[in-house]
Amino acid sequence: MRKVVIPIGPQHPALKEPESFSVTLAGERIMAFSARLGYNHRGIEKACEARTYLQDIYLIERICGICSHTHATCFAQAVEEIAGLETPRRALYIRSIIGELERIHSHLLWLGVAGHEVGFDTLLMYTWRDREVVMDILAELTGNRVNYGMNVIGGVKRDLSPEHIEHILKAMDILEERTKYYIQVAKEETTLIQRLSGVGMLSREDALSLGAVGPTARASNVARDTRRDDPYAAYAELDFKIVTDDHNDVYGRTLVRMGELMESYRLIRTALKNIPDGPIAIKSPRKIPAGEAFSRYEAPRGEDVHYVKANGTDKPERVKVRAPTLANIQTVAKMLEDRQLADLPIVIAAIDPCFSCTDRLITVKDLNKRSPHIVKWEELRLHGIEWHRSNGIDFSKLNKKFAQEAIRCY
Amino acid sequence: MIRPGKMVKQVLESLFKKPATSQYPFKKSAMPDRYRGKIIFHPELCIGCKMCVRDCPSNAITINKVGDKKFEAEFNLAKCIYCAQCVDSCMKKALESTKEFELAVLDKKKLKVIFGADIKEDVKK
Repeated sequence: MRKVVIPIGPQHPALKEPESFSVTLAGERIMAFSARLGYNHRGIEKACEARTYLQDIYLIERICGICSHTHATCFAQAVEEIAGLETPRRALYIRSIIGELERIHSHLLWLGVAGHEVGFDTLLMYTWRDREVVMDILAELTGNRVNYGMNVIGGVKRDLSPEHIEHILKAMDILEERTKYYIQVAKEETTLIQRLSGVGMLSREDALSLGAVGPTARASNVARDTRRDDPYAAYAELDFKIVTDDHNDVYGRTLVRMGELMESYRLIRTALKNIPDGPIAIKSPRKIPAGEAFSRYEAPRGEDVHYVKANGTDKPERVKVRAPTLANIQTVAKMLEDRQLADLPIVIAAIDPCFSCTDRLITVKDLNKRSPHIVKWEELRLHGIEWHRSNGIDFSKLNKKFAQEAIRCY
Repeated sequence: MIRPGKMVKQVLESLFKKPATSQYPFKKSAMPDRYRGKIIFHPELCIGCKMCVRDCPSNAITINKVGDKKFEAEFNLAKCIYCAQCVDSCMKKALESTKEFELAVLDKKKLKVIFGADIKEDVKK
């Protein structure tokens, strides 16, 4: 059969964000899939270098509307580490609570989108209606439904009052009841089970080798969660379970997200019960001493990573953001290998992609040839290895050792 | 287990519930207490330290000196991202967030708001 290459995007009615996918088809079967990122590139990392740390929080927060607390907290954590600030415990608890509320709203949103992608729009209407409950709580606590503006370097801006705690607990009861119903639907509704089972298979080995993060990895039975592996905020003091599933497909990812919703309700309740008294922020200096820090945060979609380098002024020298979608996008090609074209929307949607988080493009100019070209990941890796080797450092043995240890751990 | 019509109960319940949506322009929902809307400026409190100008992430504020210890503020509402950092930065509480959020206008000039200080008192003196 003759192969056909179909370009999907960057402007396409089925896509919510500008993204270009190129799909090679033989009949209805997908032979190859490639994604081209970079249409949402806004130069945020460079813009951060021209603003102060205080202003950067608001800029970083606007990388993504759904993960706004994620990015802001991750950046604030990095800066606090460089400056050696000890964030008050109450602030850490508030950060965790807002983070979990954000996870609830993201997962409910995803559940609706997944329902929409498989033609189950009733689920979309139901989950998005219930999402309003948590959105109202977020608006009450922070003032906004998105871009909460809750973080400052050294703590949080707004405190929780006893009325707020009461409202959150009430909302958790409503949402828990609704989520139980969705779990029941997911476990009993045959149309949903048959549509999602066996779609977008990603084996445990593939998830490990491709470096999947978040619910995508956890649905392939990889217990990988930054909240446990590298505890931040108040997670070290809170008890929670990492939800994993061995379905390895989109159905598994749906179950993992629903399980995580239930865990989030429990987490918020324990956090509210144990929340300590005290100040919510400490005064931070405007000029951050020279240094660098690497901060990790478990976003609703997976591990979010921020790297900040300070040079002693009030502006950072370098800010690097790696959003979870960038780690997960490689898995999509694997999931779509030899699958039907009709599965493409739900498989892409199943990693919960956020391209506005992801879009950061590296163009390297070869000064001898003066021709800019996009550096591929493999090329960049080889360049890194070569560079270190020319400086007398050989990581190859160490890498092998780490890879073996990583496989043993999971 | 095949159980068709699992959602029928929900559908029937929804028939008699009040809708989750609201008739927006006719019925306005109350904004939360901590809502960060249009900023207002109290010129009499301002001491002209310009901390708000320095901290504004989007360069939306300009403070001008118009007389002896008199300052006026110009806000560019189109640039403002409504983070209310200026309100937090102001030591004299000269800035305040309101709950006003319907700021769409047809004329771009209306997005520049000037809160002028009363300079007539100076002239009298």
